[in-house]
Amino acid sequence: MASITLTDIVKQYGDGYPAVNGVSLDIKDGEFVILVGPSGCGKSTLLRMIVGLEDITSGELKIGDEVVNDRAPRDRHLAMVFQNYALYPHLTVFENIAFPLRLQKGRYTEEQIKDNVEFAADTLELREHLDRKPANLSGGQRQRVAMGRAIVRDAQAFLFDEPLSNLDAKLRGQMRTEIARMQRRLGTTTVYVTHDQTEAMTLGDRVAVLRKGELQQVASPRALYEQPVNLFVAGFIGSPPMNFMPGEVHGDTLRLPFADLPMPDGLRERLGGRELVIVGLRPEHVEDARVLDDHKRAAGTTFEADVDVVEWLGSELYAYIPFETHADVAAKLEELDRDLDGEGMRTQVIVSLGSESRVRDGSRATLWFDPRRLLVFDPESGENLTYDEEAARRIDSETEEDRRAALERAQRDTARAGERESVSAGDARHRAG
Amino acid sequence: MGALTAKQKWAWAALTVAVLVYALFPVISIMATSFKLPSDLNTGKFLPTTWTLTNYEQILAPDGSAQELFLSSLRNSVGISLIATAISVVLSTLAAYAIARLDFPGRKLVLTTALAVSIFPVISIVTPLFNLWRSIGLYDTWPGLVIPYLSLTLPISIWTLTAFFRQIPWELEQAAQVDGATTWQAFRKAIVPLAAPGVFTTALIAFFIAWNDFVYGISLTSTEAARPVPAALAFFSGASQFEDPTGAISAAAVVVTIPVVVLVLLFQRQIVSGLTQGAVKG
Repeated sequence: MASITLTDIVKQYGDGYPAVNGVSLDIKDGEFVILVGPSGCGKSTLLRMIVGLEDITSGELKIGDEVVNDRAPRDRHLAMVFQNYALYPHLTVFENIAFPLRLQKGRYTEEQIKDNVEFAADTLELREHLDRKPANLSGGQRQRVAMGRAIVRDAQAFLFDEPLSNLDAKLRGQMRTEIARMQRRLGTTTVYVTHDQTEAMTLGDRVAVLRKGELQQVASPRALYEQPVNLFVAGFIGSPPMNFMPGEVHGDTLRLPFADLPMPDGLRERLGGRELVIVGLRPEHVEDARVLDDHKRAAGTTFEADVDVVEWLGSELYAYIPFETHADVAAKLEELDRDLDGEGMRTQVIVSLGSESRVRDGSRATLWFDPRRLLVFDPESGENLTYDEEAARRIDSETEEDRRAALERAQRDTARAGERESVSAGDARHRAG
Repeated sequence: MGALTAKQKWAWAALTVAVLVYALFPVISIMATSFKLPSDLNTGKFLPTTWTLTNYEQILAPDGSAQELFLSSLRNSVGISLIATAISVVLSTLAAYAIARLDFPGRKLVLTTALAVSIFPVISIVTPLFNLWRSIGLYDTWPGLVIPYLSLTLPISIWTLTAFFRQIPWELEQAAQVDGATTWQAFRKAIVPLAAPGVFTTALIAFFIAWNDFVYGISLTSTEAARPVPAALAFFSGASQFEDPTGAISAAAVVVTIPVVVLVLLFQRQIVSGLTQGAVKG
């Protein structure tokens, strides 16, 4: 296990196009870091540079304390799970998992290989499939074999390249939990590439958001959600995505398409002299005013809106409200939408209401939100004007503490289980500790 | 498709037998003929009245009348076919690897050219080739046949191998490298086991094409120096000028068919590919 340090990593292809541009990232020992971004943002390239399958154009990559820029993949001692699993079709499941061990000639006896493979197989519940060929396995089983191949040896770190994107939704959820459980138990440094923000939010200790090869923000999932540094991160994190609306500044009021707001405290100074801003509001921060009690209702702003379409999901209800955007921000928002792999179809606000709400297709709804939860962005640079660095740091350090505690708990549990097992199973213990 | 009903099974069985009889009848007929005495040839019976090995003695035994003719041509056939196969497998493996894996201008051109060459009628180039070979001294030599054979075997080898290489999941090579293999180990342990059946099948196909050729064999040779078996059969003569060499020709045909059958039976597992299934999600 080791830390991974990236300093000003650049990847330039033959045509001069920088796929990854000046990325610096500190991945601590035992940390679970997610690289996330829309397609073509360079996240996979970055991962492949870490593992050594792509050359690094410039910058420095350290694993532990050693610079490994020019090392071959085999000398970096990393384990990787590929998107399409890359199992060896001519080998059985057992031999697939044993493959990395057999390559280190003389380091393991046949006995040790068997023990290690069976330990990995038990961890992933593959014991009864060891004699089968990959062709005879289901997608989820193949995925687990690929993971078994990664955990069987004492790798410095695990690298995952969109490992769940080929599975169907239900299995994806299960495997996601399985990966989280495995990482907590083994405590191995992990870098995980995905474009799925659910995976990013649920798995990562820290999430690095990339856009066009440039790092936008690295923070804990909560900090990303609550304190995004710019429009891109705000739009990328969260599902359904954050709503962006034009906000016109008129003296002490902020005019949104649906409501006029008194300027919240402290926002005035942050706005500088700007007259037009982009205002971000998360769908889940909007409520149906009719189901709120008066006390809460008074604490926020209510507005009327014509609902176009409603989607009822059981646990919640999404309402879609079209609106005309301001010409000056339309271009910026359209560009953002393209960056986020969107289609730029229509400007609408999505609100996520409680499932008890009676808002239906075509009805006129009274909606409520808390103006303090609004995020305000500069329409030119996209920078978050309401970004609170202090708060972001506080959230990150809290998350870090939680992570340490969780890791310790998990390791303690495993160690205890290991002791119990060692009575019967000999040397399974050295892997747990 | 679920399990077959009894009726469907019978239909399939009948169909299979019909196809087998249709395909194998000539072979059986030739085998039967090869065991007949010369006097037996025109009786109109399918099976020989007396089974005899005279025909085989004639072509194989040291004092057989056609022995020299047959054995030298057999040597030529085996040698020339093997050389042509070896060269075409090596060249087509390299070409197909490049076409399947590398992105270079002219990939399409190579494939189209190969296709164009393979559909070009052999008979139309045999005459110019005959003249050319005579003037540059390749006429009636092994290289004189190996070169035209390459024009038959290379295109089909390139096409089959390209198709085969395209479906090899090359990420395996990278996976192996990450797993701790050197570049060479990765190639040998992850790619070669998958590519071998394809290369092998291609080699067999190439060998059979060269082995079965007649037009080049009869046109570009004149003596035992290079004449292959299919051409040599035309030069068999009977024990006397009043006897048909049919029996001897049949025996020779059986003898040259045997290696093909043996090769296919030995390597049918390699020929049936499908090994690559399950490597990646698909």
